[in-house]
Amino acid sequence: MALKSLEELANIATASGDPFWCVVLKEDIKERQVTKEESFAKMEGMYLAMKEADKQYDGKLRSRSGLSGGDGQRLNEYLDKGESLCGDFITTVMMRAVKMGESNACMKRIVAAPTAGSCGVLPAVLVTMEERFGFSIEQMTQALYVAAGIGEVIAERAFISGAQGGCQAEIGSASAMAAGAAVFLYGGTTQQILHACAMALKNLLGLTCDPVAGLVEVPCIKRNILGAVNALTSADVALAGVKSAIPPDEVIDTMRSIGSMLPKALRETGEGGLAISPEGIKIMEKQQKE
Amino acid sequence: MSLFDILGPVMVGPSSSHTAGAARIGYICYKLMDEPIERAEIGLYGSFLATGRGHGTDRALVAGLLGMKPADERIPESFELAKQQNLEFSFGRADFAEAHPNTVKLNLTGKSGRRLEVTAESIGGGRVRIRQIDGLEANFCGDYATLIVHNLDQPGHVAEVTSMLAHKSINIATMQLYRDGRGGHAVMVVECDREVPEESRKWLAHLEGIIKVTYLSMEE
Repeated sequence: MALKSLEELANIATASGDPFWCVVLKEDIKERQVTKEESFAKMEGMYLAMKEADKQYDGKLRSRSGLSGGDGQRLNEYLDKGESLCGDFITTVMMRAVKMGESNACMKRIVAAPTAGSCGVLPAVLVTMEERFGFSIEQMTQALYVAAGIGEVIAERAFISGAQGGCQAEIGSASAMAAGAAVFLYGGTTQQILHACAMALKNLLGLTCDPVAGLVEVPCIKRNILGAVNALTSADVALAGVKSAIPPDEVIDTMRSIGSMLPKALRETGEGGLAISPEGIKIMEKQQKE
Repeated sequence: MSLFDILGPVMVGPSSSHTAGAARIGYICYKLMDEPIERAEIGLYGSFLATGRGHGTDRALVAGLLGMKPADERIPESFELAKQQNLEFSFGRADFAEAHPNTVKLNLTGKSGRRLEVTAESIGGGRVRIRQIDGLEANFCGDYATLIVHNLDQPGHVAEVTSMLAHKSINIATMQLYRDGRGGHAVMVVECDREVPEESRKWLAHLEGIIKVTYLSMEE
């Protein structure tokens, strides 16, 4: 697969005159030996599955551990009052991120993007942008190609699992993917896509994976808010013309080197961080008794 | 790794490795059995054992054994569905000297009395690897039509299998050979680019020296 460098992808886009998303689509056609229509239909299916999962949220559901559920509903009620600090748009994004994370914890159907633990970031950003600005499903699908292309470069150069690289590899990657997709939708250039991605990932470097009782719930669900909001702010900064001082590919390489330096206790083992806070241990012991 | 390993799979949560991967392992076993499963003794190892309950690993495995795929929304109710479909199951711990942290060993009995033992691991992102079948090493992901032939370790069996495939114009994607010792039992794992017809598999199964033929079909 040729998706090993964002810079290279951008160069192909410039040389061919294709938009960034189209370069990614063409790579998929080559890689999987499918037609353009097949690839596009599959990607559209992913977006529609995200929207469906968002719609299917049920505020009454609780996870099997009893640790999560209902917070999406709380945010929904807060949003309805129209008095949030961050305004309706950002609060909607936050609400969607939590809802998807909770749906995942409650064994509902979601789209791993790139992982199940980080499944709320992309739909929170994308579905809310579609709703607010009225983009077509075609444009949303194109945005998913941008996100997937970025994700694949990250997976090739670094990793996308908490067990390998900590939360920076999951929420960090999801956030970088969503930042690029948001810039694309808002009409940014390929360079702006890359710089939004770099800035979003930079902000989350070093984030550890320390789930309480080893479950994809605490702190994972709420970290989806962080990833989604960070994606939008990074997109805006890039759209303003601000550049990442460190080139995007080098930021990804840095994520890898930080992930490799992280002790095992902070990579999804439940042996460090929040997992071993006094309350975290209490929760784990309660789970083990049941 | 393809784009849809990054965006996707569409799956029932909460964990691609502990839930989606577990369902997929169960589903591959269901396909390998090729008949309704009536008994399943399931041994969990490592992280599957430690955090499996909270991740629904147990329900996902049982759902897979009933023929559900990782995106099936009935996964949370699989225990109840198993009762309705007369699948008896039990969970325990599996011990390995060394294994992937998300490993499971399944001892299965089918409706006709057919038995199958599978050891599999969930390697992340919903992808899985089958590591043992009926006590002999194997290594395949279930992405291809896969023919698994157990035979006595004696000359000619590989030729029988490959000439049958050649005769049917079936291209081999990968092929692995393992044995427990010289002149003992051996296994061939052949991943194919096309489905292997049932009559060819039956023909193989009746050859002298062939102990068992197991097949993973990609057809729904």
